[in-house]
Amino acid sequence: MDDIDRQIINRLQGGFPICEHPYREAAAELGIREEELIRRLQKLLDDGLLSRFGPMYHAEKLGGGLSLCAMAIPEERFDQVAEQVNAFPEVAHNYARDHKLNMWFVLATETPERIDEVLAEIEAATGYKVYNMPKQEEFYVGLRFEL
Amino acid sequence: MVLNESDSRLIAAIQDGLPLSARPWAEVGERIGMDEGEVIRRVKALQEQGYIKRFGLVVRHHELGYNANAMVVWDVPDERVAEVGEALGRQRCVTLCYQRPRRLPHWPYNLFCMIHGKDRQRVLDYIDQVTEELGLQEIPREVLFSGRRFKQRGAKYR
Repeated sequence: MDDIDRQIINRLQGGFPICEHPYREAAAELGIREEELIRRLQKLLDDGLLSRFGPMYHAEKLGGGLSLCAMAIPEERFDQVAEQVNAFPEVAHNYARDHKLNMWFVLATETPERIDEVLAEIEAATGYKVYNMPKQEEFYVGLRFEL
Repeated sequence: MVLNESDSRLIAAIQDGLPLSARPWAEVGERIGMDEGEVIRRVKALQEQGYIKRFGLVVRHHELGYNANAMVVWDVPDERVAEVGEALGRQRCVTLCYQRPRRLPHWPYNLFCMIHGKDRQRVLDYIDQVTEELGLQEIPREVLFSGRRFKQRGAKYR
């Protein structure tokens, strides 16, 4: 990764032109050629530094359900329960965190109603309570990483 | 704007990424039987209406060295949540900031923000600094660093 890659990452997290020749336009702003931008993006994707180059959708507006959930799992059962939880296709990502509530995952469902159903299914499968903490208000959603 | 069947096809067609070619929208259009101009118009509309929050590059932050990933949670009096949430959201290193429900008695926190950094101690120092600058010393808070990551994928649209 060199300075040009870093510039690409910093600039293109913020947006991308929607037009007939978007790579040409974005490349011009970065002072490189279209082919070079495409080649570098492909390399960043191939190297696993980018998860994708495309849209970030508004899940709720598209009719989906979205929530952050937490569970308190005894250390000795943790791996087994993580496996049970992750087996649900609605579990988008799952992180261990250092707290009594030590398992935190995001649920993304096709409809808002499915959230409660899936939570009940997870509780039934694991035998542990799930704390459901859906977003009530959004103050900032930048989620950008400066390099 | 109400989404129709063409919009849904378009949403599904680009969810994994835009083709890396000189005329990506023409390529997308070919796949779903829509001409390039129409694809571009619809994508712009989806973005203007907020169905697409952002278009561009999505990084894998761990792979870029952002391994100190802190969820900072605060127990803010309800009448101050909006004010504190907005102030935290303006801080440079805060990547997300949401109000969520408390789950008493086990979980008293109602304001969540994410701070992604490369080094735990620097993230902790930064949190102390922000707390002081915004005068939030009296507000109970906890910092939950992430440990192992078990799964990471985006939501899927059909």
